Amino acid sequence: MLEYTPDRRPTGGLRLPAHKEASVAQPIARGFVPRTLILALQQHQGPATTPVVSPGDRVLKGQVVARARALRSAAVHASTSGHVRTIEDRLVPSVHAVHRTRCIVIDTDGKDEPLPPGKGARWPQDPERQLKRIRDGGIVGLGGGVFPTAEKLGAHTPCKALIINGVECEPYISCDDVLMREEAEGIIDGALIMRDILSAPECIVAIERDKPQAIEAILEAGRASGDASLKLADIPTIYPTGGERQLVEMLTGEEVPSTHYPSEIGYICQNVGTAFALHRLVRAGQPLLSRIVTVAGDGVARPQNVDTPIGTPIGELIEFCGGYRGEVDRLILGGSMMGYALPNDEMPITKGGNCIIVAARSEVRQDFSERYCIRCGNCGTACPARLLPQELLRAARSDDHEMLDEFGLTDCIECGCCDVICPSQIPLTEVFRNAKFAHARYQRQHVFSAETQQRYRRHQERQRADARRGKDLQDNLRHEVETDEAARQRAIEAAIKRARQRRSHDADQD
Amino acid sequence: MKFAVAPGPHTAPIASVPLTMRRVLYALTPAALAHVWFFGSGFAINFFVAAVTALVAEAAVLMLRRRPTRVPLRDGSAIVTAALLAFAIPPLTPWWIPAFGAATAIVVAKHMYGGLGRNLFNPAMVGYVVLLVSFPAELTQWIPPRMGDLDYEHLGFLAHLVYSLTGTLPPDFTIDALTRATPLDLVKEGLRSAQTYTEIRAGSLFGGVAGRGWEWINSFIALGGLYLLYTGTIRWHIPIMLLAGLLVPATLLWLIDADSFATPGFHLFSGATLLGAFFIATDPVSAAESDRGRLIYGAGIGLLTYCIRTWGGYPDGMAFSVLLMNSAVPLIDRYTRPRIYGRD
Repeated sequence: MLEYTPDRRPTGGLRLPAHKEASVAQPIARGFVPRTLILALQQHQGPATTPVVSPGDRVLKGQVVARARALRSAAVHASTSGHVRTIEDRLVPSVHAVHRTRCIVIDTDGKDEPLPPGKGARWPQDPERQLKRIRDGGIVGLGGGVFPTAEKLGAHTPCKALIINGVECEPYISCDDVLMREEAEGIIDGALIMRDILSAPECIVAIERDKPQAIEAILEAGRASGDASLKLADIPTIYPTGGERQLVEMLTGEEVPSTHYPSEIGYICQNVGTAFALHRLVRAGQPLLSRIVTVAGDGVARPQNVDTPIGTPIGELIEFCGGYRGEVDRLILGGSMMGYALPNDEMPITKGGNCIIVAARSEVRQDFSERYCIRCGNCGTACPARLLPQELLRAARSDDHEMLDEFGLTDCIECGCCDVICPSQIPLTEVFRNAKFAHARYQRQHVFSAETQQRYRRHQERQRADARRGKDLQDNLRHEVETDEAARQRAIEAAIKRARQRRSHDADQD
Repeated sequence: MKFAVAPGPHTAPIASVPLTMRRVLYALTPAALAHVWFFGSGFAINFFVAAVTALVAEAAVLMLRRRPTRVPLRDGSAIVTAALLAFAIPPLTPWWIPAFGAATAIVVAKHMYGGLGRNLFNPAMVGYVVLLVSFPAELTQWIPPRMGDLDYEHLGFLAHLVYSLTGTLPPDFTIDALTRATPLDLVKEGLRSAQTYTEIRAGSLFGGVAGRGWEWINSFIALGGLYLLYTGTIRWHIPIMLLAGLLVPATLLWLIDADSFATPGFHLFSGATLLGAFFIATDPVSAAESDRGRLIYGAGIGLLTYCIRTWGGYPDGMAFSVLLMNSAVPLIDRYTRPRIYGRD
């Protein structure tokens, strides 16, 4: 396995305090079984699944509880054994916010009894059936995007390279780091399975330089596999180099056009956790039942990484880590840059839940003592999308939608770099987030009114054309009638006929 | 358990305006001490007067504009303006010179445009140029540096203070006897009256590469500039291009005709070259916003400064160059927008 350092520097970005020391010091805690499971029917980007169990049913570990009916969906499984208590709407965390969705709530029995090994566990050869197996195995992107893996691996564009993302650039999150340290062989195996499905000529594992142990473990596993298409790229520790678009640019020098996915230009990015989940599915027949979750922050007694069953209530997970410690200011799902604050700890860990920060007051941003923008331009320097946040701010605050378009509001990835570097402490990311909603609404209205105007204009044109044609016909008729006796007779007969028809029609009406 | 929510990012900010301004002031401190060492207490008095005036003017305007006063008064930007102004004006000068300059900078250049962040022109330079145009006599009253061997008796703190407040000098002193032309003046006048540069340089006010004393103050300014670069308070684009814009033509013309053009070293260590490069042109508010824009902006200031010094009517051109390039910033910004990721 070749190790190399890409010769490109990332665009923008920041060096941030990592806050990962506490959680990486511990091995992954395994064998945790919660008392309750809350399994959301929609944990991925795409249509929701359909439940196939009813309240009162006993379910076993690994049993399908909700099936994927649509192509862009992924099944949901019971991550331990127990009884279905109810199926009801609950608030669950999704990619960018909390949303209300249908959930299967299970009271677990603590036996962790698995489904007996079924038939047909052999991995199929046919690509279509492989993708179906991945969908039924409930596998989605575990890096946080929760994009159905089957969908991504079934991309139509020929793949130039498979990129296995172990960058993990966001502060606090260390679940990929510890997974790479402990399960490197599985990750490499999963990556090679993906490479085969995609027929990708090369497979690059990208890891940030501040994870020497993970790099060492992956290198060793890669060498042991003896596969020549594997490469390891160690990349600088700069947030947000782990973002898909940023990583593609960093590794290949190509930019993903703003209207496209990376897969559409031939690069497939998959998180290391996803690769490992695929390895488990293919080699052990085990669907996605758990994921590694980093529990971090000064507000939790034992910060560590936990192999957490999907659907575990966050409160129970924190309890497993020794419970709350001191005064907790907020609970953040995800890293401290792109994560968002949760209103309570009753919500479950979903497939995309990579990190829970139990934050003490001192470690998070407090009040916004916002000042005027001094145009220092540091935001533009830090922006990985090469936007000018200061100009966007002006446009957003004055609701100038043309300027928002011009300065690329929709290209903002909401990484938060501009926010953190801003000496005037302007909440730029929040302003842009809100502006995106307003801008989308504006564009809808704009498009709607433009379409209406166009329709009306076409209607008017048609009417004018009809009127013109009608007048031409009349003119022709009058001309014929005045010049030709036979035509005159024909016109009179036609008029009589029309009158008669009208009369009989009126009679029918009566 | 319930928790309060707050919008992300949750990472605490790593920069603040007061911190930036404090760093600029720290960076200026060695040069300020050198200034006092070579030219007496005038600098300290001028800085004090300018700072007090700037703060009072800022408070007054904010109250007139019905804006909160606490936060802007504490951001340190008015003090930085006062410090830059104090470096620009002669040390021996009546109190109303720094006061008028600082008031103009704050009221006209800063708040009439909408306050910090909205001013089109660099406030300190507007204050200085208004003084230079309105009171040319007071603004050219430079005293020679205290170097020991120079035939010159120095004024103490008290004498400086008395002159500043009342305009009277101790008996036996006259202002004409105290003041001397600056090295830049000497070079300009000398070259104009057909002296060669080498002849002019032989004068007692010249040291290793430029004016005696000035060399040292400017070296300390450069040191402060490096500190700002090191701490990330400023970035390299403007200072490097400003120096290049000034030194490249200076070197070329000096190589062509060493008699009628000053050395690049002289240009580098004279007047406001280094102060301009590291402290004035780098004022973010009035500079171009993108990296590419800043390269053009910096180079423009350097080039204009060289042209004004060599062929213009003033011995130094930093203030005018900065203001001219300030006015070009909207244009530069328009044509140097970075290409957005993933767009054509």
